[in-house]
Amino acid sequence: MSGGRTVGLAALLALAALVPFVVGSFHLLQATMVIVYAIALLGLNILTGYNGQISLGHGAFYAIGAYVTAVLLDRTGVPYWATIPIAGTVCLLAGFLFGLPALRLEGLYLALSTFALAVATPQLLKFRALESWTGGGQGLFVPTFQAPFGLPLAWDQWLYLIALAIAAVLFLLAWNLLRGSIGLAIVAIRDHPVAAASMGIDVARTKALTFGVSAMYTGIAGSLGALVAQFVAPDSFSFLLSLSFLVGSVIGGVASISGAVFGAIFIQFVPDLADQVSKALTGAVYGLLLIGMMALMPGGVVGFLQAVRRRWAARQG
Amino acid sequence: MDAFLHQFLSGLATGGIYATFGLALVMIFQATHYINFAQGEQAMFSAYVALILIQAGLPYWAAFATALVFAFVSGVALERLVVRPFIGAPVLSVVVVFLGMLFIINSLAGWLFTYGVQAFPSPFPPGLGNRFLSGHEIGTILVTLATLAAVYLFFRHTRLGLAMRAAAENPEASRLVGIRVGWTLALGWGLAGAIGAVAAIMAAPIIYIEPNMMAGILLYGFAAALLGGINNPWGAVAGGFIVGVIENLAGAYVIGTELKLSVALVIIVVVLVARPAGLFGTSIVGRV
Amino acid sequence: MSALLELTAVVAGYGTSQVIHGIDMSVAEGGIAALLGANGAGKTTILRAICNIRVRVSGVIVFGGLRIHGWATEEIVRLGIGHVPEGRGTFAHLTVEENLLLGAYTRRERAAVADDMRRLLDHFPRLRERLAQQAGTLSGGEQQMLAIARALMLQPRLLLLDEPSFGLAPLVVQEIFRILRQINESEGVAMLLVEQNANLALDLASDVYLMETGRIVLSGAPALVRDNAAVRRAYLGY
Repeated sequence: MSGGRTVGLAALLALAALVPFVVGSFHLLQATMVIVYAIALLGLNILTGYNGQISLGHGAFYAIGAYVTAVLLDRTGVPYWATIPIAGTVCLLAGFLFGLPALRLEGLYLALSTFALAVATPQLLKFRALESWTGGGQGLFVPTFQAPFGLPLAWDQWLYLIALAIAAVLFLLAWNLLRGSIGLAIVAIRDHPVAAASMGIDVARTKALTFGVSAMYTGIAGSLGALVAQFVAPDSFSFLLSLSFLVGSVIGGVASISGAVFGAIFIQFVPDLADQVSKALTGAVYGLLLIGMMALMPGGVVGFLQAVRRRWAARQG
Repeated sequence: MDAFLHQFLSGLATGGIYATFGLALVMIFQATHYINFAQGEQAMFSAYVALILIQAGLPYWAAFATALVFAFVSGVALERLVVRPFIGAPVLSVVVVFLGMLFIINSLAGWLFTYGVQAFPSPFPPGLGNRFLSGHEIGTILVTLATLAAVYLFFRHTRLGLAMRAAAENPEASRLVGIRVGWTLALGWGLAGAIGAVAAIMAAPIIYIEPNMMAGILLYGFAAALLGGINNPWGAVAGGFIVGVIENLAGAYVIGTELKLSVALVIIVVVLVARPAGLFGTSIVGRV
Repeated sequence: MSALLELTAVVAGYGTSQVIHGIDMSVAEGGIAALLGANGAGKTTILRAICNIRVRVSGVIVFGGLRIHGWATEEIVRLGIGHVPEGRGTFAHLTVEENLLLGAYTRRERAAVADDMRRLLDHFPRLRERLAQQAGTLSGGEQQMLAIARALMLQPRLLLLDEPSFGLAPLVVQEIFRILRQINESEGVAMLLVEQNANLALDLASDVYLMETGRIVLSGAPALVRDNAAVRRAYLGY
């Protein structure tokens, strides 16, 4: 990364770290959820944008992450911060295991299969046999916690900072991964799988691993999300969540890292905005905004910014 | 045995609905290579139009026909106004556009017709039924088969149907024989809209009409289309009947009705993993 | 004879690259013009430019007195231009008969269409044997015949042919060219022929255009090419 860019990002991070101290509780919650969604969307971008595997079911991994945290906190003495990496690991495995049969499926078929996963998730979570663990339809409460070392931070401020820190690490990891040789392999598979294979790339293993990593990101987001909401219930993880993730991913810019942030801002705030514009026709307003965004920025926000930058550079040169 | 037969035949009735809807999805897919995620909402809206007309006093079949005309015209309008500007856009962007249409139509329906669940009349008297199928289920099978037959005849034996098949297969060559490909696309959307409306109107008496009624049918229709092989319209039809029967049998014998949607989908996914091109689809050999 | 098709200062290309750098050419009413040149000279691009398929075109293109530059392909075709493209463009999943019927899609007179189909099947008896077969299962030569027959079903005033001999056995090619001459003589259909097989083209055509990297370098009667030793050596090999 160029020196200027590093300084810029560091400044952004510093600004972001100040947020808990300048906004009230409600807005802090929203800001935390933007971070959570950004992590979730980054996971989806890695899989769908960079690797070309369409997922309409990432809500399922979000749900798994959320429930891992909730169940561990409900049933065991595992401290809250430890549930996050555990949720990530579980989802890494789950994603990899789902990615294996998914190798046989392309495009639409994969989309349907992942969508089936999304639809099945709330039903599975309500499944009677698992009720004692998952709390069935009623869900589970997720307790709050205190900032460590007696720091003078409220619970939600501390949680925001944790989320921010985790996001920073995960984004850096993704950036590193994607610009290295693995990243090249991932994109090569998306653009021309046959050529990729003939270059010696283990397509199957890369695709399954990418699925796993992608699920891990979204699972970590789910875990954080559970801590924010302080509650998990099957109906919060319907297929609408998965569709929401897809929408956010595309709006932000599906094959980008920063797109995840733009997408997260969109899916966190725009539905409420639509509701404020018209209570009776919220969905219609939202739908119009989606179509409008695609008309103006078919490549997402990031695509649009890139085009603007190119045109500006051409004018300078 | 009786119970099994009842579930099986009932499954054929709902399967007919999935088959009809799956056909609409495949028609649009063949012509455009997109899955119209808003197909269900278009169908639902047309069903509401039929309901309003029936409640206003129009005889059932007149309302049915009018609703189909509405579905056709609105399908053409949607293609010309919303879809055409996005031809050539990235696939995922088009998916988002379709989702946008879904939300708009759904919200409009809720606003115009309220979100409350309403009963929808069936034109088939209960007396038509026997010990295996209700009157409406038999009627549904008949209407479904009639619709599928009409579609078949249209595509096989009319000039316009031939032109639409040609345009779906090879738009450029179609232009070279003078076919106005843009309009055949619009027509295809109109036809798919009408076919989808038939499915919704047949389903409404069973699942009750409300703005979210088509979500499950959209999913099953999609699954049926993929199960049959996405580039094979009659595969979608077969897939629809298969899905209907699997859903019913799974619900009755494997797991309760709560999980039958998941089980049906899991079965479909398993089939796809075993046969990635669907049961009757031809795998597309990619050119290197 | 007046020009049926006239191109003036036509420039064409794909995306940002330009392939045709300004050409003038014409096809006479009822005449046969051949477009010769090496691979990449731009011959196919000219045919595409006339029908406005996939290319960016500027310049003047007049057909039967109408300026057709910028028109949609299907509207140009409806004026009476039949195009047998590179790759034949047959509808592989439709039957031979359906392919032929589609050729006449824009015509209303059913009886005349049926007559034409009969006549064309007389010209190409092999197609008659395979009417109910899927077009994709036909051999290369048969598909070429189908493509030509389909274009003729339009009752075109001008037939554009892109390398009709490509990939076909010599005997089949001879047959096709014999039929083309016959159709031109009996029905007065004008033709613009793009061919790599210069000998065949020179036998059939009344006007020849020689292209090199997007420009016309020689034009005139076929004798011009045959009498010019350098050109003859380069394009005819002797």
